[in-house]
Amino acid sequence: MITLSHYIVLGAILFCIAVAGLFINRKNVIVLLMSIELMLLAVNTNFVAFSRFLGDVSGQVFVFFILTVAAAEAAIGLAILVLLFRNRSTINISDIDSMKG
Amino acid sequence: MNPQLFQLICFYGFGFITVVAALSVITLKNTVHAVLSLVLTFFSMACLWMLADAEFLALALIVVYVGAVMVLFLFVVMMLDIDQEKIREGFVKFLPIGLIVAVAMLVEMLGLIGVKAMHAQVMGPDPAAAAGVSNTAWLGQALYTKYLLPFEVAALILTVGVVAAVALTLRQRVGVRHESANEQVRVNPRDRIRIVKMDAVRPAQPTPVPPQEPSS
Repeated sequence: MITLSHYIVLGAILFCIAVAGLFINRKNVIVLLMSIELMLLAVNTNFVAFSRFLGDVSGQVFVFFILTVAAAEAAIGLAILVLLFRNRSTINISDIDSMKG
Repeated sequence: MNPQLFQLICFYGFGFITVVAALSVITLKNTVHAVLSLVLTFFSMACLWMLADAEFLALALIVVYVGAVMVLFLFVVMMLDIDQEKIREGFVKFLPIGLIVAVAMLVEMLGLIGVKAMHAQVMGPDPAAAAGVSNTAWLGQALYTKYLLPFEVAALILTVGVVAAVALTLRQRVGVRHESANEQVRVNPRDRIRIVKMDAVRPAQPTPVPPQEPSS
């Protein structure tokens, strides 16, 4: 019998993998973007599981909106990436330090 | 076989594939392979959502993510000429701290979930089926009534995203000669050629000048 905890544990594992990905791929912007997508997927899984558990449709509606925003974010992020590569010929994060952040 | 046991086996199978694919996303050396692993992750997660009776969202995940966003990722990865060796610098250096942070977070989260899960929280009956409609109708009824304004704002966000992505990547080259279809269509014949009405008369013959006598 699948319980709520199964889904939440899976979401937690996925989220932690994404956090580890953010840490160990410090140079590659594309993998960083993909780790963010993994995090959003983990959060969406929690939303779906709670929506199912509580019988409330709001969770699934929120997943819908998160998917929308994530798609727009991925499109703009990749556009910035292409622009960056065109101007600097690199996507290495340590080379992108002109803002001294 | 007991259907609930089969459901549990399916959950563990899909979950295992999801976790392994997510691990390979962050560890694979080749970025193209990482994107393909992300596709597998999304697909297995869609299967898991299907198990949770969220059919519409599972299919939307496959259509939107696997069909559109991941293809966009693949295009960008293949378009950029990335130095694979240089990009991997610091992988080993940041591996311990990444592992420590991730494992610490995982242990904390699992502790919290374990505390709450002491009383088994079994999923009830499918709420959409209990309401007597399909999952899509259940979701759509909420989306088009209670959440109509956020839905339209989401459409606006997508439009802004499209405009921003095009505006960012549009490149206008200078010093390249190209024809403008706009100007060509708008051209007026009267600007190009001018017809002048003239009388058909012969110009008057110049009268021959009598040779002058040299004065002496």
